Amino acid sequence: MSAITTAHAIDPEHNKAQVKRIWKAFWILLVLTILELALGLTIYNIELNANYNEHLVLALKGTICILTLAKAFYIISIFMHLGDEVRNLIMSLAVPALSFIWFIFAFIYDGNSFKNLRNTDAGSHPSIENVQQHPAATPAIKEGEKN
Amino acid sequence: METALARTKTHLWGGGRSPFNVSYGKLMMWYFLMSDSFTFGAFLISYGSIRFSLNYWVNHNYVFNEFPFTEANLPLAFVSLMTFILIFSSVTMVLAVHEGHKMNKKGVEKWLALTILGGLCFLGSQAWEWTGLITGHHKVLVDGAIQYWGTTVSHNPWGPKVLFHGEMVATPGPVAFGGYFFGITGFHGFHVFTGVIINSIMLTKTRLGHFEKRGHYEMIEKAGLYWHFVDLVWVFVFLCFYLI
Repeated sequence: MSAITTAHAIDPEHNKAQVKRIWKAFWILLVLTILELALGLTIYNIELNANYNEHLVLALKGTICILTLAKAFYIISIFMHLGDEVRNLIMSLAVPALSFIWFIFAFIYDGNSFKNLRNTDAGSHPSIENVQQHPAATPAIKEGEKN
Repeated sequence: METALARTKTHLWGGGRSPFNVSYGKLMMWYFLMSDSFTFGAFLISYGSIRFSLNYWVNHNYVFNEFPFTEANLPLAFVSLMTFILIFSSVTMVLAVHEGHKMNKKGVEKWLALTILGGLCFLGSQAWEWTGLITGHHKVLVDGAIQYWGTTVSHNPWGPKVLFHGEMVATPGPVAFGGYFFGITGFHGFHVFTGVIINSIMLTKTRLGHFEKRGHYEMIEKAGLYWHFVDLVWVFVFLCFYLI
């Protein structure tokens, strides 16, 4: 086994390039994180308005998700050196991980469907979502009366 | 060309060596991390599913807005500090692995010690954040009377606001928030904690010269893989709880 690990014997030129690559990945991660934070703060400021554009917020959140995937790619391929491994090894890890795409869509769709069923009593009446989102419409005293 | 390809193939799969060109220990570390990513994935997807099934969820910018030594409203500030600490400790770890390739004992010791320090800083930050959330006093209207709640697994003072005696007061929010937040960040924090312990053992073994005697620093690589995974998971925890 040691034959595999000591095979990395590094010459000074290669060494410099490797260290440079590591720090480059660090700066990329830092910039991506700062971009995410900027977008997060933008969302915060947009949501301060009572009637904000929900589609704009959703688009910004989607952008943040894409930036996160880019960060994950850099961590795995550069910091964890997976990019330098044999293709078969990469595939044996990447192919099972692809099932996450299905998991995410299926479970979030399921959660959303559950919300719709509950809001409409399984489709027996129109959505009451708006009433539940703004309880200010129902007097607060009502809560106390229940007990 | 074709014969060259055939030769490499028989070379890789002909037996006598690892066909993936990595040692058994490193390969199994990769598969452990993959299974661990499914555990974290299941937690986060379950959280997403519950969040989508409710009409109201908390606004994270109001929950996580505190910073040490100030009363100012600073959404995202403290968690970005935690993120930077973890990214930086990931860099020091990869530099330790790199020094290990060069068989530079002093270099490994230096960068590994910095990595451990980063991990401890992160854990300290998380302890501070949790303490602030649990011991907080937030005005909540419960059963027609005002109470003061912290954020715990059973109490959520971040529900929708209602008008009460001419003032907007929060009502109890979905209980699931505390459970998911403390459960997932706690599970991640536990990974950071074990990572710090593993790295401390590696630092001790490096100092004792175990790896030098062995002729390679592969154990540092394996510990490094685990540590980077902890950073990778935080990227997604950060996304799910603090950004969207």
